[in-house]
Amino acid sequence: MASVVEPGSVDEVATLLRDASRDGLAVIPRGGGTKLDWGRPPRRADLVLSTVRLDRVLEHAWGDMTATVEAGCTVARLQHPLAEHGQRLACDPLWPERATIGGILAANDNGPLRARFGALRDLIIGVTLVLADGTVAKSGGKVVKNVAGYDLPKLATGSFGTLAVITQAVFRLHPLPHETRTLTFTAPRLEPLCELALAIQHSQLAFVSLQVRAGRSAEPGLDVGFEGTRAGLDSQQDELLRLAADVARVDPPAAVWRTREELWQGTDPAVVGTFSALPTDVRAFCTELRDACTAPSLDWRAVVQGLGVGHFRLEGATSDTLVTALQRLRAAVERRGGTLVVLRGSEDVKARFDVWGSPGDALPLFQRVKQQLDPGGTLSPGRFVGGL
Amino acid sequence: MDTRILDRFRAIVGGDGLLTEPEQLRTYECDGLTNFRVLPSAVVLPTSTEQVQAVVRVCHEARIPFVARGSGTGLSGGALPIEHGIVISLTRMNRILEVDISNARVVVEPGVLNLSVTQAVWPHYFYAPDPSSQQVCSIGGNVAENSGGAHCLKYGFTTTHVLGLEVVLPDGSLVHLGGPTLDRPGYDLCGVFVGSEGTLGIATKVILRVVRRPALIQTLLAAFHSTNEAGAAVSGIIAAGVLPAAIEMMDNLAIRAAEAAVHPNYPDCGGLLLVELDGPAAEVAALMVQVRAICTSCGAWEIRLAQSEEERAAVWKGRKAAFAAMGRISPNYIVQDGVIPRTALPEVMSEIERLSGQAGLRVANVFHAGDGNLHPLVLYDARIEGQEGRAERLAFSILELCVKAGGSITGEHGVGEEKKAFMPVMFAEPDLDTMQRVRCAFDPERLSNPTKVFPRPRLCAEKTGPYQPHPLETAGIAQLF
Repeated sequence: MASVVEPGSVDEVATLLRDASRDGLAVIPRGGGTKLDWGRPPRRADLVLSTVRLDRVLEHAWGDMTATVEAGCTVARLQHPLAEHGQRLACDPLWPERATIGGILAANDNGPLRARFGALRDLIIGVTLVLADGTVAKSGGKVVKNVAGYDLPKLATGSFGTLAVITQAVFRLHPLPHETRTLTFTAPRLEPLCELALAIQHSQLAFVSLQVRAGRSAEPGLDVGFEGTRAGLDSQQDELLRLAADVARVDPPAAVWRTREELWQGTDPAVVGTFSALPTDVRAFCTELRDACTAPSLDWRAVVQGLGVGHFRLEGATSDTLVTALQRLRAAVERRGGTLVVLRGSEDVKARFDVWGSPGDALPLFQRVKQQLDPGGTLSPGRFVGGL
Repeated sequence: MDTRILDRFRAIVGGDGLLTEPEQLRTYECDGLTNFRVLPSAVVLPTSTEQVQAVVRVCHEARIPFVARGSGTGLSGGALPIEHGIVISLTRMNRILEVDISNARVVVEPGVLNLSVTQAVWPHYFYAPDPSSQQVCSIGGNVAENSGGAHCLKYGFTTTHVLGLEVVLPDGSLVHLGGPTLDRPGYDLCGVFVGSEGTLGIATKVILRVVRRPALIQTLLAAFHSTNEAGAAVSGIIAAGVLPAAIEMMDNLAIRAAEAAVHPNYPDCGGLLLVELDGPAAEVAALMVQVRAICTSCGAWEIRLAQSEEERAAVWKGRKAAFAAMGRISPNYIVQDGVIPRTALPEVMSEIERLSGQAGLRVANVFHAGDGNLHPLVLYDARIEGQEGRAERLAFSILELCVKAGGSITGEHGVGEEKKAFMPVMFAEPDLDTMQRVRCAFDPERLSNPTKVFPRPRLCAEKTGPYQPHPLETAGIAQLF
């Protein structure tokens, strides 16, 4: 059973890590704990390093539209003071009330707003990292434009706690929108919605988010989000309705831009995964999903961003059936140049299905980066790609 | 250089792909930063990834340092050759390999010019990062430097638009970082490679994202009495929640130089602002009303709106020619590249003015004002003894000023040779050491542009952190004395 430590400063994080490395302990960094089961179970876990006490918003330079925040601050808590000055961190990760800044960075959890504002890698401009040997290193800075030195904020983003503990991040901010509007469409079949999604991306509409919803037992939907002035929104709506003449407009579902979260709700056994594909292959992915889930008990749902990244859930079958469906899906996705990763699943499924898939010819380089920054394998050993 | 090594290079790239004569090598002795010059031992011009790999393998075997070079337009000496090393010029790898409009992706070789990417996807799409050298600079160089440009305020930098890379590592092996789809599992080494200034290997293929052209683009030109007034307008526009595609500022000296060089017909004023808005027509129209009002309230005494493609081109011509235009008003000049938090602009400007007076040298100012990226141009006359030294010192004190204000020593030109001594002003030793550990993962032998970016090299076998006993000690077989 791992013990939990809650350091209250960067120095304490450094001391803890240095001591843990010396003693050969495996350390699992933890933020809000919402995504702790993503990826492979670590080979060992002696110490859980919680960032719960590192939860301050250190600076909001609203004139410069940047903010410096400690890793343990939840996303929602950060947004509150920013909003007082009409600003925001323009990202919409899962469970913002509980998910922390360090956690969304480590897991690279990007929501639909990415279509307009970029992913976390595009929003983070500075980072403070503590390496396993206790080295405290900063990279980037407090200005949006900066090319001095290597871009370690990007290295930390999506590294799943295997390279360093993120203790602080600096972000570029965006203004809160004047107004927002979401238009939702449906059709008996998924195909026209996927075609519309592509047509919108190829048009001059300035949408901020775009997602396709599909599932075995649900009517497919397409949601398009806009931000801007009233005049701008009205004219974009007119243009979109012209493009969408062949499908039916309906009211958006409740909390439309958080429907991704519903994929984590349901009955076990289930698998939740994510995939990437070319935008033109989104439809093919959904078709594959449908075809891979022919077993009568196997239910599936997916929420896919127009950019070609999405999440899916498979539910209600044995591990055998789930693994077979996953293998078939991955093969189909990889044939088209995409990737598929299992985030949540039973121990049994994760033991039988390589949750990350192959990282290709870059694996030796990944291993050397890990070796340089965490030579003793202290941080989240075995959680990430290729056993990193 | 050993003739046997040269023969091996010749066998890889052919006789016309190898330059060894001093007069040929002279072309490669510097990049856009001409005050540093080193003659390389040889220049090789490969035409394929396989050739790059083979050349790098020879370098690796013989421990010969190499510097990759694109069009040579860099402004920090990143492509400056290394003594007894070779230059690998990528200019012959200039094919556009794939244009996939429906997925907004283009795959290119590193020698392809920046503007050629936009031309390949015109008229519906464009490649957003647009450094002022975009007609001649190469994508490989852009990747190395993480190039910016006027439009990165809204669209992001080169790193935002590079989805994947094929890279020849310094031992000659080939890796693929990132890829055609987003969020591929693994460390974001594509993000680390972009902007690493040639120190991690050589990109031989680049997957780029292109952007849909907006329905309407309008450029507003506003004349103010001073840069402080213009700066207040910039803050006002940002505070109003408007995110323009670009906001550029020029001071009077820069305006006069541009006028002399390319006659953009700018108003003769103390501070000139270019504000470009793009997007759906109704949105642009609504926001432009706001921008106009803010400019007027901050003291703009003349406002013009460029709407047609020709009008916009004329407005931009003066801005993009600003560096070169300095030649019209000064025999020599240093282009500097610093970043400050936008709100520090008034104090930094008055401090630059004070320093300039103290040094007795003129400084012209061109800014990417929206993101606080300053390009002070220090004017001097090299024929007058002592002026060059004074100009260099002035340029460096401006950089210190930027760091003190909370900014950076470079926003888009890179550290290269020029600013490596300044890295410790911005970063502490553990910061630099951590970056160099990453470097060691890519290039343990320190062969790829080894003398750039970092003030002093790190031996990759160096142990860091607290003392750790050798396994032999732990086992009681050896003792440390």
